[in-house]
Amino acid sequence: MAKYLLLKHYRGAPAAVNDVPMDQWTPEEITAHVQYMNDFAARLEKSGEFVDGQALAPEGSWVRYDGEGRPPVTDGPFAETKDLIAGWMVIDVDSHERAVELAGELSAAPGAGGKPIHEWLEVRPFLTAPPTITE
Amino acid sequence: MDEALVRSLTPSVLAILVRRGADFAAAEDAVQDALIEAVRVWPADRPRDPKGWLVTVAWRRFLDATRADAARRRREDLVDEEPAPGPAPAVDDTLQLYFLCAHPSLTPSSAVALTLRAVGGLTTRQIAQAYLVPEATMAQRISRAKRTVSGVQFDRPGDVATVLRVLYLVFNEGYSGDIDLAAEAIRLTRQLAATIDHPEVAGLLALMLLHHARRATRTAADGSLVPLAGQDRSRWDTASIAEGVEILQAALARDRLGEFQAQAAIAALHADAPTAEETDWVQIVEWYDELVRLTDSPVVRLNRAVAVGEADGPRAGLAALAALNDSLPRHAAVAAYLHERDGDLTTAARLYAEAAQKAPNLAERDHLTRQAARLNTGRGR
Repeated sequence: MAKYLLLKHYRGAPAAVNDVPMDQWTPEEITAHVQYMNDFAARLEKSGEFVDGQALAPEGSWVRYDGEGRPPVTDGPFAETKDLIAGWMVIDVDSHERAVELAGELSAAPGAGGKPIHEWLEVRPFLTAPPTITE
Repeated sequence: MDEALVRSLTPSVLAILVRRGADFAAAEDAVQDALIEAVRVWPADRPRDPKGWLVTVAWRRFLDATRADAARRRREDLVDEEPAPGPAPAVDDTLQLYFLCAHPSLTPSSAVALTLRAVGGLTTRQIAQAYLVPEATMAQRISRAKRTVSGVQFDRPGDVATVLRVLYLVFNEGYSGDIDLAAEAIRLTRQLAATIDHPEVAGLLALMLLHHARRATRTAADGSLVPLAGQDRSRWDTASIAEGVEILQAALARDRLGEFQAQAAIAALHADAPTAEETDWVQIVEWYDELVRLTDSPVVRLNRAVAVGEADGPRAGLAALAALNDSLPRHAAVAAYLHERDGDLTTAARLYAEAAQKAPNLAERDHLTRQAARLNTGRGR
């Protein structure tokens, strides 16, 4: 009973093994990929391990406070190297092993040539409320 | 309507239905229907025998739901065999229900959810809120759990240890939202203790009461962690402590020591000390020795190292710690504390910062970061 965030990256993670950009896939391969992701989420809903999941747009900005009375600073158009999160899923599972197992399954989503893309996913535990017993 | 009364009746009503031959999942649905009906009807017309009322309504609901011909014939046979209505003690039945909900074929989270629903009488929504998951997720978890145990025979005694583990898991979640899971765990353990005579059930109940008595002082108003030594002991719940100690002493007198009794003994020694300085660390170390013998758990050895550090000085504590793998949770935090007491503030600060990185929850991380900051900013400025 611990919550984990599964993070999918556009950029910033190591390259996938089957690393072909999605616009080079056939439409059928894209459909198969999307279907796999939907099936994965549906299966987790059935097993009672699904908490939430969303896809994120690729356009994101770094924003920073720039002092009293001034508008916040943004990182501007030169952001090609920054890490970008493509989407996330929150799961609630019995163990870290189970979280890793599920991330492994998600990473096996089919890509170009119908083969698994072997992309890298980040698995991060939530920092929770403290348990009743701490001493 | 008296919600506490209804919830305390839920497990025995459910158990009676299952005992009469109802499938577990169907019986559970029928009992939930009966509870909803009770909420509707009781405020205006409260029955003289609430339990009998619930059994009657739930059983009727169950029969309605299983009206298919073949099923009906089978159920009617069962009704024929059923004993005449009357005051049913049903003590054993409730116990069976605890065993069923903690069945080894269930994952820990399923067992916890099913126990809260079937034995605790909580709604799916309440359980989902307590565990911060969507209601649909919790509903799936519970219905899977029900399917898993549906074929399990209801007449074989289960393992008390599995039940205690599940109740302890519920207790440890503390509380979030409307439902106080720690209080709920105490209620269920109390109910179990009234049903079964077992020193470890008493041990767990005592442990929960002793920890619960100190809960309010464990965090400050801003949510930050207050370590045991800094807690305001005048705010500890003395009635709860007294009850825990009494239950524990009766259990220990039976000379069948188990890990929950040993843990409760340690908690009792903390609760007994008028000040942190007067804590009987020597006796606490002895109880940790018992615990190591009973569980051989590395986490227990780690806690023992803390106690040794208090009883025999930080060097002895560090020596005990040296035998342990430093990948253990909270290893760095313990090492930091012992190094600080030994006067090595540089090492302590570094280890506090390292421990903060590995902390499993926010309050603990903030606490450890503050410890590191305290040492880092206190020196050389």
